Amino acid sequence: MNFGLPTLTNTANTSTANSATNDESTTPLERDRPADGSSSTDAGRSSTRATTETDTIIEARGVDVYYDADQALQSVDIEIPERQVTAMIGPSGCGKSTFLRSINRMNDLIDIARVEGELRFHGKNVYDEDVDPVALRRKIGMVFQKPNPFPKSIRDNVAYGLEVQGTTDDIDERVERALKNAALWDEVRDQLDKSGLELSGGQQQRLCIARAIATDPEVILMDEPASALDPVATSKIEDLIEELAEEYTVVIVTHNMQQAARISDKTAVFLTGGELVEFGETEKIFENPDHDRVEDYITGKFG
Amino acid sequence: MNDDSIHADLTGSATGRIAKERLYHWLLFGCAAVTVFVTVSIVLTLAADAITFFEDVELFSFLTGTEWESRRGEYGVLPLVNATLTVTLISAVVAIPIGTAAAVYLSEYASDRMRSILKPALEILAGIPTVVYGYLALVYLTPWLRATGLELNLFNLLSASIMVGILIVPMVSSLSEDAMSAVPDELRQAGYGLGATKYEVSTGIVIPAAVSGIFSSYILALSRAIGETMIVVMAAGAQARMFDTANPFAHLFQSGQTMTAAMVHAVTSDAVGGTPEFYSMFAIGLTLFFITFAMNLLSNRIATRYREEYQ
Repeated sequence: MNFGLPTLTNTANTSTANSATNDESTTPLERDRPADGSSSTDAGRSSTRATTETDTIIEARGVDVYYDADQALQSVDIEIPERQVTAMIGPSGCGKSTFLRSINRMNDLIDIARVEGELRFHGKNVYDEDVDPVALRRKIGMVFQKPNPFPKSIRDNVAYGLEVQGTTDDIDERVERALKNAALWDEVRDQLDKSGLELSGGQQQRLCIARAIATDPEVILMDEPASALDPVATSKIEDLIEELAEEYTVVIVTHNMQQAARISDKTAVFLTGGELVEFGETEKIFENPDHDRVEDYITGKFG
Repeated sequence: MNDDSIHADLTGSATGRIAKERLYHWLLFGCAAVTVFVTVSIVLTLAADAITFFEDVELFSFLTGTEWESRRGEYGVLPLVNATLTVTLISAVVAIPIGTAAAVYLSEYASDRMRSILKPALEILAGIPTVVYGYLALVYLTPWLRATGLELNLFNLLSASIMVGILIVPMVSSLSEDAMSAVPDELRQAGYGLGATKYEVSTGIVIPAAVSGIFSSYILALSRAIGETMIVVMAAGAQARMFDTANPFAHLFQSGQTMTAAMVHAVTSDAVGGTPEFYSMFAIGLTLFFITFAMNLLSNRIATRYREEYQ
């Protein structure tokens, strides 16, 4: 836990015990700012954080997302706890993926997307003007629905993030550690020069997870990471997610309610119209939700 | 009707469907075969007339001769090859960086609006007749280069080469952009998700994934540069000149004659035919053909080697 520490600009130094910490990890989100400028915002922020809940890492307050005139999310409030698995479930088009992609500002890549409200990471609104999305994404990794390894060797895939983040030493060790943490090492240790595309779908997805954790982010966002995989590969990914939550905060979007029930600590239910209807302990959501609409959705009466 | 009529007619013969399909098949095959037929005919024609030429001029002296002076009966192809390769090289130096950078901009950086303006503009550039480029080289580019202090002849290879480079920029950029746009978006997303900048995604992910298409664009553009005729005839002059190892840049500043320009000269000076000069055209043409053919083979090999295939 890193509550009370002046986090945003030097989080990785203090909160991440992992030895993969490197000089880049001290990069402030406000990359272009001089050191003095960012330290003053630090002071302001630690006082803000003192009033927030102990182990919340991501906090949304009234987040609206629009695609042109269409509203995809309506005033979402949520507090995502650190080092736990938070699942987002809901029918297609309910905005759960949109919310996920708002967290690391992937929506910036869509010209017509517009985000309003506050979305805080360690208390700092990631949509503030001084936040560089590139720096943000170095703290918040992402795994996508369709496995998308680069058409490069397995080693180069995992090393890519390290490379762009300026890490040059111990690359091989970091690659090995990431592959081990992604439960892929034993299968690929002798073929690191093979193209990542030659792996099976499940292996490719674990490679993508290795790639995401190689740079040691704090949060890993997963957008239906198992939906393109067979049941065996899916269960491997699920086991892996539970392990990852010991070190990382995992936010996972899934269509599969059983999956959410199996692996998550907290669950957020989005329903049609981009509304976050209920958020709480997974057990409670699945056994005794407050809202009838959520119960209807979970028991399959709707959606 | 006999008792067969209770069964459905599965032969289809009544509708002529099979006959029609067969007709389509052969029509389409015929069109595809035309391209092969034309290529083969060209090579055969070139070869046949080139053989006539080599009855008068020895093959060896043609290939190794360092002087091309048809009036004096000197038929050494090397000065022409020299000029052609010079034009190709310099135009590549101009077109490849500019064309590739333009392609990256169009594919990765430009907004939809910007792209909708720039792409048609580039296509217009590609549609300008080469005679206009030749005129621009002679009337504007050469004087302008002279004004910067270069001691250029009125007709010179440098100016013509730069203009050929400008001519092929749209080819490089348009075909490279197609190759880059075909790279799946998921790969870009993966890069951005890892905290890569747009530049890092473009150079580290998109270009490597599109490299074989980008290479093809280079080769097509360079083949075009090798075969380009009008610009060099107008702006480079008609004096075949050999490469001078003691002063490797000297020939750039002087007039030069490329292989294509020499062919034009052969046709225009003896339209009736029958002389060795006339037949020299076919020998040059055949040489040109072999050069482009070798380039294509080489580029295929390079492209296969560096390809990063995405599914």
